[in-house]
Amino acid sequence: MPNGHAAAHHEALQHHFDSLQQQKDASTFGMWVFLVTEVLFFGGLFMAYILYRTWYPDVWLAASHHLDVTLGAFNTAVLILSSLTMALAVHAAQTGNKNGTALFLVLTMVLGVVFLGVKVVEYSDKFTHHLVPGPTFQFDAPYQRTAQIFFSIYFAMTGMHALHMVIGEGIMLYLLVGALKGRFSAAYYTPVEIGGLYWHFVDIIWIFLFPLLYLVGHH
Amino acid sequence: MSDHVASRGLYVAIFLALMVLTAMTVAVTYIDMGNANLFVAMGIAVTKATLVVLFFMHVFWSDRLIKVTVVTSLVFLVILFAFTLNDYLGRGALGVAGR
Repeated sequence: MPNGHAAAHHEALQHHFDSLQQQKDASTFGMWVFLVTEVLFFGGLFMAYILYRTWYPDVWLAASHHLDVTLGAFNTAVLILSSLTMALAVHAAQTGNKNGTALFLVLTMVLGVVFLGVKVVEYSDKFTHHLVPGPTFQFDAPYQRTAQIFFSIYFAMTGMHALHMVIGEGIMLYLLVGALKGRFSAAYYTPVEIGGLYWHFVDIIWIFLFPLLYLVGHH
Repeated sequence: MSDHVASRGLYVAIFLALMVLTAMTVAVTYIDMGNANLFVAMGIAVTKATLVVLFFMHVFWSDRLIKVTVVTSLVFLVILFAFTLNDYLGRGALGVAGR
């Protein structure tokens, strides 16, 4: 900024920052630090996955074949497409295209709902086939007990991922309201940018969950 | 700087690359490569994640501070995996009490 005082008049600039650029850099860095803690949060779940798969490779092979690869691949494509619409929403915000920002945020939300809808179908299928760990669990011998470990990890990992998706939908709704109220412009679009970072992070988690849960061994 | 505006064409190209890699990761499960199946699948997943981080998440154009932060998360992830596996997988090799 050539003149710090001129920038200070932007309504989105908070008094403890010198410029919008400094405010944006601080917000982006803060979001990335949060995402580092998220990497380690999911890292604990991946660690459990690695250990149990190392101890029970046969169980993993047998149990993974009860997941629907077609639905898993479809959901992967849906999430990747939602990451594209999210990136385009940020692009629209960067270029001051307010209608484009709102449109791409809506598309991102719709794709997120499609993902969660497919997840509901998959989860209810697990309940009908007695594949939910607990007293009603049924699985072919000799894995009738140990297969519960795979499905516990399946539900823990995909469940935490789905919870992040639900929170992401809330963030998208907040951004959509802001976009419709004309709160974002080419000079100030930080919330869209860091909301996008969160959405892409959740996409990355699924990029690893899909092959690790649905594509064990060969078919 | 992170306020670099990438072209929409680049985003679409990254999207297409991610879709091709997804098709590849499903296709290779029909080829029996033994333990190599897992490593091929993880190689593809890491490639996809790298594309998302660099371009959709703008790290390619970001300040060095952001780049260091991203790499830091991976360093701590490797510490978590390596030290835990060293313990669990190494216990049987040593005749120590309490294993």
